[in-house]
Amino acid sequence: MYSFDFEKPSTIADAVAALADDDAQALAGGQTLIPTLKQRLASPEKLISLTGIPELQGICTGDNGALCIGAGTTHADVAAGAGAFPALAALAGNIGDPAVRSRGTIGGSVANNDPSACYPAAVLGAGATVVTNAREIAADDFFDGLFETALEEGEIITEVRFPIPEVANYQKFEQPASRFALVGVFVVKFADGVRVAVTGASEEGVFRWREAENALSNGMDAALIEGMSPNADDMITDLHGSAAYRAHLVGVMTRRAVAAAN
Amino acid sequence: MPKDHGIGASPKRREDIRFLTGEGNYTDDMNVHGQAYVHFLRSDVAHGRIVNVDTADAAAMPGVVRIFTGDDFADVGSIPCGWLVTDRFGEPMQEPAHPVLAQGKVRHVGDPIAAVVADSLEQARDAAEAISVEIEELPAVVDMASALQDGSVKVHDDLKNNLCYDWGFVEENRDAVDAAIKGAAHVTTLELRNQRLVANPMEPRVAIGEYSRSTGEHTLHTTSQNPHVIRLLMGAFVLGIPEHKLRVVAPDVGGGFGSKIFHYAEEAFCTFAAKAVNRPVKWTSTRSEAFMSDAHGRDHVTKIELALDADNNFVALRTDTMANMGAYLSTFSTSVPTWLHGTLMAGNYKTPLIYVNVKAVFTNTVPVDAYRGAGRPEATFQLERVIDKAARELGVDPIALRRQNFVTEFPYATPVAVEYDTGDYVATMDKLEEIADLSGFESRRAESAARGKLRGLGVNCYIEACGIAPSNLVGQLGARAGLYDAATVRVNATGSISVMVGAHSHGQGHETSFPQVVADMLGIDADMIDIVHGDTSKIPFGMGTYGSRSLAVCGSAMVRATEKIIAKSKKIAAHLMEASDADIELKDGQFTVAGTDKSVAWGDVTLAAYVPHNYPLEDIEPGLEETAFYDPANFTYPAGAYACEVEVDQETGKVTIERFSAADDFGNIINPMIVDGQVHGGIGQGIGQALLENCVYDDNGQLLSASYMDYAMPRADEVPFYAVDHSCQTPCTHNPLGVKGCGEAGAIGSPPSVVNAVIDALQSGGHDVTHIDMPVSPSRVWAAMNQ
Ligand SMILES: Cc1cc2nc3c(=O)[nH]c(=O)nc-3n(C[C@H](O)[C@H](O)[C@H](O)COP(=O)(O)OP(=O)(O)OC[C@H]3O[C@@H](n4cnc5c(N)ncnc54)[C@H](O)[C@@H]3O)c2cc1C
Repeated sequence: MYSFDFEKPSTIADAVAALADDDAQALAGGQTLIPTLKQRLASPEKLISLTGIPELQGICTGDNGALCIGAGTTHADVAAGAGAFPALAALAGNIGDPAVRSRGTIGGSVANNDPSACYPAAVLGAGATVVTNAREIAADDFFDGLFETALEEGEIITEVRFPIPEVANYQKFEQPASRFALVGVFVVKFADGVRVAVTGASEEGVFRWREAENALSNGMDAALIEGMSPNADDMITDLHGSAAYRAHLVGVMTRRAVAAAN
Repeated sequence: MPKDHGIGASPKRREDIRFLTGEGNYTDDMNVHGQAYVHFLRSDVAHGRIVNVDTADAAAMPGVVRIFTGDDFADVGSIPCGWLVTDRFGEPMQEPAHPVLAQGKVRHVGDPIAAVVADSLEQARDAAEAISVEIEELPAVVDMASALQDGSVKVHDDLKNNLCYDWGFVEENRDAVDAAIKGAAHVTTLELRNQRLVANPMEPRVAIGEYSRSTGEHTLHTTSQNPHVIRLLMGAFVLGIPEHKLRVVAPDVGGGFGSKIFHYAEEAFCTFAAKAVNRPVKWTSTRSEAFMSDAHGRDHVTKIELALDADNNFVALRTDTMANMGAYLSTFSTSVPTWLHGTLMAGNYKTPLIYVNVKAVFTNTVPVDAYRGAGRPEATFQLERVIDKAARELGVDPIALRRQNFVTEFPYATPVAVEYDTGDYVATMDKLEEIADLSGFESRRAESAARGKLRGLGVNCYIEACGIAPSNLVGQLGARAGLYDAATVRVNATGSISVMVGAHSHGQGHETSFPQVVADMLGIDADMIDIVHGDTSKIPFGMGTYGSRSLAVCGSAMVRATEKIIAKSKKIAAHLMEASDADIELKDGQFTVAGTDKSVAWGDVTLAAYVPHNYPLEDIEPGLEETAFYDPANFTYPAGAYACEVEVDQETGKVTIERFSAADDFGNIINPMIVDGQVHGGIGQGIGQALLENCVYDDNGQLLSASYMDYAMPRADEVPFYAVDHSCQTPCTHNPLGVKGCGEAGAIGSPPSVVNAVIDALQSGGHDVTHIDMPVSPSRVWAAMNQ
């Protein structure tokens, strides 16, 4: 890694002030950023650690019963503490390995928007709200393709608010090497409809599979989407699977999620 | 002899105390006073002409001691290949130079262009980024078939083409084999790829070079399976340092699997640079560097044809292979697809006519060399897959077809030039059927079906040639070294013993199993015995550990040296008891005179040897230390039968291993627990190859699977609990312990049974699939089902 300065503020305000510097970058659990630094693929002059900020920590219940998770909450803490949203807790409990889950944070994962990451599927599937130091961003407006989000320079996520659905389930088909999602599907049913978010599959990053959502609006029944899969044109082809395979897996994982959610 | 110490006992591994408590002493744990660090600037293109390397700015950066380029090695030797293969026309293979740092051209991603030595590693890396390298990129040659085409771009401009050799074995059988195949009642043909693998030992490679101006001595600490081999290759061929001025030490080594046999450029660099800058120079590979600088394994593309008569007897076998050498010839690379592969094509079967053709090919990829099994897994995989395919085509039971064709009489001379001394393939197959509960398979299949899964059963046999190898034979075959081994048994005055062995332990548990043998022979406690290994200044000589040879070859040397100790100590005991040597017996650490109640203890005799007051000085010298060199008369031939049961998820193509059973014949066993562990690890690697691991280059020679994000290693939850058995024992007839070696068996024997099981599962589900190349990944299985 290149050398850098290190700051560890204890309030959101101080962190935001420190990040106003163009060459500063936020460091949360470091599970993505540290390997990047070690490979010398990034060279921030200053790292602003977010791990010493109590306001970013913890899980609580907000208005309308929403589950509010501080951006600095680790995957392990979400797995243990998001009992009100079991599908989300299960997703967090299956990210990486214990070391990754003990360091990695929901804010870091959502901000990073890796096309194979798990959390973006939950955030988009549940129609969560991403809260930053400056504003609230609806999930549908937040994710913006591979590793791109609506976050402005220096803006940090402070919290993610999940409305509690009637039922939900996440099915992850693991890429054999990294065990990130080769395809992951988060299916959520609210009183007013079903949302299906897919990660790992698309060249455009996490996306909502609208056809499946429409079909499932008639009921959470896997039979309603039997034989369906999204168009393979936009899917990723790599060492681990072709676009056609990924499109097929989206169908399989969605049906499994629907069946498991019930 | 205490039952928990000698041959056949399973004491826990004494080395594990230090490994499990963090007390191991690995090369990277060592830091030498005043050491500098080297960072290699490696090529990021697969093929290109070096136009200019400008180090001026970099050399002025903070902490930089010196920057080296290929020019600095103009007068230094080429990294040698240890085996000269003669092609089927009687011509020597094409053998390109392999410079320590690239000269003129870069030939694979990772080829070192320059090396920065600096006070700290980060300074070295910073300076490396400031080196300006101008490379004229050339088209990369990646695919072997294209590399062999006329007019292909050449990896080495000074060679005729990209063909290292075209090897035929046994060449005289070529026409007879073709004729037999033409006239056969049935011929089964299979085309396959034995994919490229990365060895991935837990510990990456490390080298520390030191030089003393006052004595002129060089020391290299390195992660090696065979320090004497490195001393020989690097000292004699590359740097021209005589043995007495070069010490090579391989301390604790965290796994090798073959990849740490070879002499690497980084070792020569650190040794050379330590003298040039008059400071110790240390290099520690990163995991990313390991992917592009450790020799890779396998990478064969094969077509095999098995001919059977109307009664399903095997009548002839022909196999044609392209073997990837990569960009340069690594130490044993040329022997792997030839003498370690062609000689095994008879397998466990009495096929009378066999012809093996191998074309070794240069490509713009990392060099390929031995990886656990080395040639024998490639032979076993194609043979056991084609037999399985034949059984399915003929509608006969795959086990029955194998049994019908087993070699049953020993010694057996194969048509591929080796002689199996002992074996009992019927016994291991019987044992397998029992431990794998094959009779219960159909009910397990029904139970899987009830859960919507397809269950398959795959079985295979294997044989390997281990204990590498008789020197006079391998010399005729082109080896540039002898393959004996050596041991010194040093008995101290109080009776404790240090055994200096040429074998190197890097996970095999020698520190536990070797003393068991000596303890058994002398009837003393194994705790009185330690082994010393891994340091050319401490051990007599040694060719190291690979090819499952440690116990069979070095262990035999240790037995011979111990026999000399016994003979001498009996003379001393005879003197002490005023009896004749011929009447002395040694049992449980006591010397007795036959037919009397006289006795002296082991310790009395050893003390007399070092305090020779009452001693036959006129007949024998004081002291008690003996050395033996042992050169084996033949290879050893471990063999066995393996069974795998898989479940296939038809919706996703995912394969899970539900049961795995192994019945091995390793001859006599010293420590059954260690043998179990060796088999477990080997099967784990075999399952890794069968289901997960795949080293892939794109058409431009870029390594796509360059980290664990894309290179899938087997993990604990991907392997089942194994049933292993080694109670079938036909001892080797030509080494004193009757041992055959067990280190590679699991990796050789397991991949075909996994793939056979997947094919069985798919066919049972009505899928017309006859082969899937490894790794049998979910996407490939799904594609095969939906082709
Ligand atoms: C071995 C391994 C396995 C993994 N497996 C999975 C998996 O199966 N599924 C999965 O989804 N992920 C997986 N991950 C990724 C893991 O979840 C990471 O922890 C996560 O992607 C990043 O979170 P972090 O807290 O570590 O962020 P960091 O690495 O610290 O930061 C990542 C990026 O986000 C920015 N950032 C961090 N916090 C904020 C914030 N509050 N506001 C704005 N920007 C911020 C940083 O500046 C940086 O650009 C794995 C990682 C590893 C190492």
